[in-house]
Amino acid sequence: MTHRKDHHPMRAVNSADLAPTAYAWEVQARGLTVAAGRNRTAVDGLDLSLGTGVHGLLGPNGAGKTTLIRALATVLRPTAGTLELLGESVGGPGGHRALRRRIGYLPQEFGYYKRFTVREFVEYMAWLKEVPEADIPDAVQRAVERVGLADRADHRMKTLSGGMVRRVGIAQAIVNDPALLLLDEPTVGLDPAQRLRLRQLLQELGMDACVVVSTHLVEDVAAACTDVVLFAEGRLVFQGTPDRLAAAGGPEHVGDSPLERGYSALLLDPRQQRGTW
Amino acid sequence: MSVEHASGRTVDAYARGDEDIAADELWALEAHLETCRVCRDRLAAAVAEQAPAVMALVDTVRSGLEAELSAAPAVPHGRRRRAAGRTARLARRLSRSLTPTAAPWLAMIAAVTVLALVLDLAGPGVATAAGEVSLVLLLAPVLPVLGVAASWSRGLDPAYELTASAPRAGLPLVLRRTTAVLAVLLPVLLVAGWATGVMIAVWLLPCLAFTSATLALGGAVGVTRAAVALVAVWAAVIVAPALAAGRAPFALQSAALPAWALALALGTAVVIARRGAYCALGAHR
Repeated sequence: MTHRKDHHPMRAVNSADLAPTAYAWEVQARGLTVAAGRNRTAVDGLDLSLGTGVHGLLGPNGAGKTTLIRALATVLRPTAGTLELLGESVGGPGGHRALRRRIGYLPQEFGYYKRFTVREFVEYMAWLKEVPEADIPDAVQRAVERVGLADRADHRMKTLSGGMVRRVGIAQAIVNDPALLLLDEPTVGLDPAQRLRLRQLLQELGMDACVVVSTHLVEDVAAACTDVVLFAEGRLVFQGTPDRLAAAGGPEHVGDSPLERGYSALLLDPRQQRGTW
Repeated sequence: MSVEHASGRTVDAYARGDEDIAADELWALEAHLETCRVCRDRLAAAVAEQAPAVMALVDTVRSGLEAELSAAPAVPHGRRRRAAGRTARLARRLSRSLTPTAAPWLAMIAAVTVLALVLDLAGPGVATAAGEVSLVLLLAPVLPVLGVAASWSRGLDPAYELTASAPRAGLPLVLRRTTAVLAVLLPVLLVAGWATGVMIAVWLLPCLAFTSATLALGGAVGVTRAAVALVAVWAAVIVAPALAAGRAPFALQSAALPAWALALALGTAVVIARRGAYCALGAHR
């Protein structure tokens, strides 16, 4: 006897969820070099290992954060070094279809279709991410509820505020239940209350996924991240817990909070300072 | 697939809230209930039978909430929305084949074709000093190229970066969008070609060759740039001399067909060989 699967807002645990992982780190880079544009090296010989948790990618503008996130999203190919994501080596000419199904990505410039409703847009993205057709309605509803847009789900995207659009961007990133979630500046355009809610969501997601959040706001990192990756001019400057970042700064360093002082202690090292801002 | 259902004894025990169900059995039962309507129905019946107190409680809660429940807007349910209508489904399918923003471009290209047809029919062809040449014939080979470019351009597809990062990106999506563009435009061109009496193969083969060349070149320099370059070459090498000379150029006569077929085969081969390029950001320039 056959049965059509009933739709239920809860997701049943399946064997794929229970299978042990075959890799030590969700993200493992060795000597990773990525070019931005024709001949500018934005990521330069990076060694980085990221596991489950929320990783704050912190650095000044132009440090190469976006390029690194694009490489992790497999839309930019490394020019040198090795990059392993979820145990799969990235860099060959293939499309990494199976790998991409397990990645969620919010680009810095989040473009959307103005005439789509929130639900239609997230459904379209779920389709592009090859979520099984039968699971799409529930997956979309779950994602939209998680970002607190359930009451706006059937509104057109052009009627939304900037913060809401950003949340739709997060909803489309988590609609495929990714094991590796990449968010490039997700807090831009969110008001303080929404930022708090997002940090909470990040912590939830970081329980069982590897979440990489790029930001240039030190306070985002303090509140939501289990791990800080400090990044400047394409190189890793520091990796550790927010507490260790705070410990790096002393009273003589610039900043209003211990984290900011740690940030400036590590980044404004005289050897790295270039005289400008 | 045959489904194993929970035993009546287990369901009854679960409905009564018995303490002595083993933890693993309880977990298996709840996981099964989530996906099996038959067993949920059996559970509902068992609750009514085995646990009247629970039933009474549920009824009390429901009657207490009745007023609010009927006032609340209905949550759109998966199945109900699926039945929402054929037009919605068609629109969704179309939006999955084309970029949602490509429709106005296709309409514009179709309009250009109709305009060329009208001009052809009004005065037969473009009257030049030396004679006449069909506008439809001159434009048909390159018009779909613009449609293909429109469905891959960074400027016209706001979600280009998301699309490029999706698992479905790559050759299948390229072919899907290209096919959709051709499926919309070819009938228009066919009608126009038929109305002006131009032989189909004479423009269809160059048209397909140009489309594949756009995609092949686009993998390297970006589809939009490739389209612009090819249309410019077409205008300079074919259209301008034809308008000056006033007759169909050699490239659009049946003797040139083997060359176009070769170009089509080459373009297709390059597209297949370089299929990885369509999953990266470069092809969207």
